[in-house]
Amino acid sequence: MTRNPQLTANGELTHLLTLEGLPAAIVTHILDTAEPFVSIAEREVKKVPLLRGKAMFNLFFENSTRTRTTFEIAAKRLSADVINLNIGASSTTKGETLLDTVDNLCAMNADLFVVRHSQSGAPHLIAAHLTAKGRSHVHVVNAGDGRHAHPTQGLLDLYTIRHYKKDFRALTVAIVGDVLHSRVARSLIHGLTTMQVPRVRVIAPRTLLPTKVESLGVEVFNDMREGLSGCDVIVMLRLQNERMKGALLPSAGEYFKHYGLTGDKLALARPDAIVMHPGPMNRGVEIESPVADGARSVILPQVTFGIAVRMAVLSIVSAN
Amino acid sequence: MKLEIRNGRLIDPARALDRAASLFIDAEMIASVGEAPRDWRPDRVVDAAGCIVCPGLVDLAARLREPGFEYKATLESELAAAAAGGVTSLSCPPDTDPPLDEPGLVEMLKHRARQIGQARVYPVGALTVGLAGATLTEMGELAEAGCVAFSQADVPLHDTLMLLRALQYAGTFGHRVWLRPQDHHLAFGGVAHDGEVATRLGLPAIPVAAETIALAKIFGLVRETGVGVHLCRLSSADGVAMVRGAKQEGLPITCDVGVHHLHLCDVDIGWFDAQANLMPPLRGTRDRDALRGAVIDGTIDAICSDHAPVDDDGKQMPFAEAEPGATGLELLLPLTLKWANELKVPLVDALARITTGPAAILGAAPASLAKGSAADVCVFDPAAAWTVCADALRSQGKNTPFLGLEVAGKVRATLLAGRVVHEA
Repeated sequence: MTRNPQLTANGELTHLLTLEGLPAAIVTHILDTAEPFVSIAEREVKKVPLLRGKAMFNLFFENSTRTRTTFEIAAKRLSADVINLNIGASSTTKGETLLDTVDNLCAMNADLFVVRHSQSGAPHLIAAHLTAKGRSHVHVVNAGDGRHAHPTQGLLDLYTIRHYKKDFRALTVAIVGDVLHSRVARSLIHGLTTMQVPRVRVIAPRTLLPTKVESLGVEVFNDMREGLSGCDVIVMLRLQNERMKGALLPSAGEYFKHYGLTGDKLALARPDAIVMHPGPMNRGVEIESPVADGARSVILPQVTFGIAVRMAVLSIVSAN
Repeated sequence: MKLEIRNGRLIDPARALDRAASLFIDAEMIASVGEAPRDWRPDRVVDAAGCIVCPGLVDLAARLREPGFEYKATLESELAAAAAGGVTSLSCPPDTDPPLDEPGLVEMLKHRARQIGQARVYPVGALTVGLAGATLTEMGELAEAGCVAFSQADVPLHDTLMLLRALQYAGTFGHRVWLRPQDHHLAFGGVAHDGEVATRLGLPAIPVAAETIALAKIFGLVRETGVGVHLCRLSSADGVAMVRGAKQEGLPITCDVGVHHLHLCDVDIGWFDAQANLMPPLRGTRDRDALRGAVIDGTIDAICSDHAPVDDDGKQMPFAEAEPGATGLELLLPLTLKWANELKVPLVDALARITTGPAAILGAAPASLAKGSAADVCVFDPAAAWTVCADALRSQGKNTPFLGLEVAGKVRATLLAGRVVHEA
């Protein structure tokens, strides 16, 4: 297989495309870099000049408010110029290809692309194209591609876990829900295994698990009560509306009964277990409100940390 | 025109012949093997020292893209590629635009191919009008126009009753039906083998059951009707086992595999390499190994190029949006030799899978160097190495997962009915 395309020949991070194959040292470096950025947000002047004069394009081929906004805030706090492009599905009807769009924006002297796309591998295609065109000074950060990866979400999840739990090597982490369609789950699984978390569990009905998911290094549970037992961290995944009723699941109600996180199910985990969710939440579908808003929930800190982690990623790739 | 091919090693799978001998060609036919005919004065001598002389290759799946997709390839470009690849007979599937569902289209194709005169073209007609799966085509008329069999190409036929009727109707006139075994529902939206790689990359997947269920359905209908079916592009170990069983049972079936699938597997997708987006999808190593073995034991009758010229615009896309397919006409021989070399298959057996095997499925004249046969000949240097790259390919399609690979086996001369149509 070819060299991991997000690293330079010297092994430095030039794009962030996936957490798969990323050395633990680089992950730790990103998390460490994010630490001081958390406190910047608490200052009166929330800006540092690390990316002054750089043009960052938020290239969103798929709708997103939260991720786009947090990238925008992260870039602005680094003093970059941010241009938001919500291309959505209309670009393809206009006939411009993905790479035509990229070439046009390069002609406008882009330094950084933050890309979200409905197709797995789209950011890899852009990164390979930039290399082929001799534009290795332009960086790509994957903000979610199809079912494949959402590496900054994975990193902010790792940051959150490290913040509350300190030592990765003693943890049991459960990821609950629609793993089949989830780029968040894939990135987090790669991140956790890279950081040597000994027990990573996925909990879902069999219709929401990809084939051979255990090859990613996880234990599979179909019974949520069994899977939550002894967990330090519970990560709930969002269930898309269109998947709640149909061939994958009979109803949102039955899903909640078996896989929704309730107070009594949470009681099966360790008493100090934390509850995470990448958002946006479906209250009453995958998680009940008292748990989402409860003392063990770290869902809002995740959002805060997310900005710091994205600042770290943007500053690190730009420097390489 | 009298032509002599001298100093070569003759391999004729039709007669299990492998020996050093000269070949004498006169009036489009093989006039003699080994000994010169009386008063032999050749107009031309081809020196085949160090080369193998075998029947022209026969390819069961070469998309020529005409009519309708001339921006991807034309008859001129692809028949030149066939000649450069040593292929003298090829069949083209009906998935053109419009599909080959009317005699006029087939006649035009045959006429254009004859004018170009670089390979014999055997069109496969559409099984249903527009490949839409609702109305049978006029198979009698299409056969008269030159169709050798009928198929849906890669377009699914959902309705099992319609498939039964199509087999019965084709069987009425003694035509064979070519089917690619893939269950539409299980394959829907999928672009990669349902395994670890697709799970890791988050690519929509096609399970092996899509192939085995389709095979079970086809075998059931073959038992019901007794009509012969040729199975196109087998992809899985389980599929191989089922075909082996069905052949043992005595069902009138034949089977081919795309040459890519003898070498690649899903791991070769790497980081979303759209060159490895093929249909059927590249499966696991176990599947690839089973396919490699099935060609040796004859479960698989023929290796085909599964030639599909795709332009750069079709490949420069995210993996799942990219157009499946790869150029293959010029790689059929070197990739078959590579397989034979790796599995220590005698050349005479290996070449049978790209000459006599597919010729029998086409129902064309047997590919042979015997006296009296049409002088369709391929002369190639098995040791000559070359690197697969855009400039080395005549086909308008430059995209293949083998770009950059060094392969052995270079065609030095291709003869069609005694005429040299390619030299290098």
